[in-house]
Amino acid sequence: MESAVWLRDAVCCRGGFPALAGVDLDVTEGEVLLLRGPNGAGKTTLLRLLAGLASLDGGRGTVLGCDLGGERRELRPQVGLLGHDLMLYEDLTVTENLRFFAALAGASETEARAALERLEVSARLREVSLRRLSAGQRKRIAAAVLAVRRPRLWLLDEPHAGLDESGRAAVSGLVRDAAARGATVLLASHEAPAASEVATRTVHLAGGIVVSAAEAAVSPSAEARDA
Amino acid sequence: MREALLVAAKDLRIEMRSRVLLFQVAPFAVATLVLLGFALDADRSALRNFSPGLFWVAVLLTALLAAQRSVAVEHAGRAADALLLSGVGPARIFAGKALALAAQLAALEVGLGVAMVVLYDARIEHFGLAVASAAAATVGIAAAGTLYGVLAAPMGVRETLLPVMLLPVFAPVLIGATRAFGDALGTAATNGWAWFGLLGLFALVYAVFGALAYGPLLEAEA
Amino acid sequence: MSILLGRSPDRQPPGAAPAHTGSRTTRLLGGLALAGLVGLGLCAFVFSPADSRPGPEAGARIGQFDAVRLMYVHVPAAIWTYAALGACALASAVYLWHRGAWWDRLAHACAEIGVVLCAVTLLTGMIWGRPVWGTWWEWGDVRLVTTLVLFLAYAGYLALRSVPGAPEARARRSAVLGLGGAVLIPIVNRSVEWWENRTLHQQSTLEELRIEDLTLFTLVLGIFVMGAVVLWLAVHRFRVAWLEAEAESAGLQAALAERRAEAAAAEPGAGAGGSGP
Repeated sequence: MESAVWLRDAVCCRGGFPALAGVDLDVTEGEVLLLRGPNGAGKTTLLRLLAGLASLDGGRGTVLGCDLGGERRELRPQVGLLGHDLMLYEDLTVTENLRFFAALAGASETEARAALERLEVSARLREVSLRRLSAGQRKRIAAAVLAVRRPRLWLLDEPHAGLDESGRAAVSGLVRDAAARGATVLLASHEAPAASEVATRTVHLAGGIVVSAAEAAVSPSAEARDA
Repeated sequence: MREALLVAAKDLRIEMRSRVLLFQVAPFAVATLVLLGFALDADRSALRNFSPGLFWVAVLLTALLAAQRSVAVEHAGRAADALLLSGVGPARIFAGKALALAAQLAALEVGLGVAMVVLYDARIEHFGLAVASAAAATVGIAAAGTLYGVLAAPMGVRETLLPVMLLPVFAPVLIGATRAFGDALGTAATNGWAWFGLLGLFALVYAVFGALAYGPLLEAEA
Repeated sequence: MSILLGRSPDRQPPGAAPAHTGSRTTRLLGGLALAGLVGLGLCAFVFSPADSRPGPEAGARIGQFDAVRLMYVHVPAAIWTYAALGACALASAVYLWHRGAWWDRLAHACAEIGVVLCAVTLLTGMIWGRPVWGTWWEWGDVRLVTTLVLFLAYAGYLALRSVPGAPEARARRSAVLGLGGAVLIPIVNRSVEWWENRTLHQQSTLEELRIEDLTLFTLVLGIFVMGAVVLWLAVHRFRVAWLEAEAESAGLQAALAERRAEAAAAEPGAGAGGSGP
């Protein structure tokens, strides 16, 4: 199996503060990795670093074969990030948002519609401006955008937070679909039950470093970790 | 090019939905013209003589707001990150955003032009020159506004920092466009088409510089 | 590089920051500049004559009289303004090309000095213009207006630099702005030249003044002395920026250590699991 993420002593600063203080991490392609750790452990920064949206201030790393030092522009189109900021346009309708990002990703209108179906966004919401949706509904839209883009690496920051029962199920289903297609998934979550049922391995972060990567679940790829 | 047009269409659609330019920036532009009228003591012949300069001062102040709005659209909800992740080349994002800003400015200028004719009793004698020089100036303003807007974008001081950086850049546009309009409106004896050439040069320089520099700036934000 | 860094800061053992930014070279340079300033003062105020020559009418004298002495500051300041801001733009361009914090710091140092010199140029020009031209400010003069726009553009540059943020992001933004200022200046110059097709600036001040030997000598001395002062300031400003960056990275090391201690406290049993090589 190919390596999807390879970090050695990775340091990443946010506003002068070392949010990541030397992370070593290996993720094999196709793994579904659960990131756990207290607030302020560095989970969000780690995901932004892996998305190519934060710069590496120390150490080395490659993601999907792209060097985090100089090949972030090649990396970004292959990565999908679902974060606290939903990265959508508030003034556009649901369909317009989806159509815009689908067009940029070269996906068809049919795929966009299918993604909305997958996340159970009801037809009456589709022509409504995003501003008028609730937080949970918006999150579903952001997840739909992610599904349309079909990234090779999915980075999910608290994907279940703020979602109702059916929303959680839809997001978990999305993760399973992605993993089944061979995509790699990293999800940071405090919601152990919802997240660990899809995860193949768990990594604990604290104080900006990986404190325990050993807690492997029923993962076939875990032995490849130290290869 | 397709991606640039997608970005431009997206910005224009956001304006059509939010109406920020129509309901907030356009009234500001007209209010500026009215205040300048008060400042000149509403002397009819003085107003007509100075109408080209007053018009372009109003346009530039308006352009500051429009440029800020153009950046704010991307930074609400970190949509700029989504554009980065989409893999669209920075020069194309720049072209799309500048195109949308130019279209919005052009619409505002038409409104301001009507207000200028009504309020200042200006008469357009050479319509072609007026339109051509306004178009060149608008492209230049939009290119500079888009570039400098993203320079000031991610910091909490955008409202105060952008004018400080952008207004000196607008100096040659103001001089050039005022003189070109002076010829077009018959208030100054000058060769307006030469000024059109200068405005075109400015637009070209800032379009090229912006397309090249936009990438490092987007990277800086990441 | 070694010229700017000198011996003092980089020969220090790590951790012990130098208490000052001086070195043997800069002290020598500073001494020279100081002596030059004294010499310039003597030449400008004592030895060189006031500008005064017979006018067209019998008995009347025309000329700039004592105001001409301002030229010994004004002209060198103007020359070095353009040199310093040009260096800033050049360093910005190189930074965008190669990266490397060295060029960013050089651009910063040059811009600060350039803006100060630009203010000196404008102020001395205005003080000189009042008695000679009869006005503080003349809109029709190309160089005057261009220099003012230059001043405003690089004041904006310093404003951008003063905003706190990640050093690398700030460096990139500043580099674009520093280069943009240089792109702007020829266009401004051209537009102002066309704007009012006249100029009060004597295109060839040196010829028209019928400069006497000592006047010319003082002017050239002024240019060299100002150059020494600029270089001395630039080296020190650069070293201050270098020390600031050192302090920042020392702070980062401390913050890193603190952060790792936080990690060890959080998971005492598993501390070695992930962070081992």
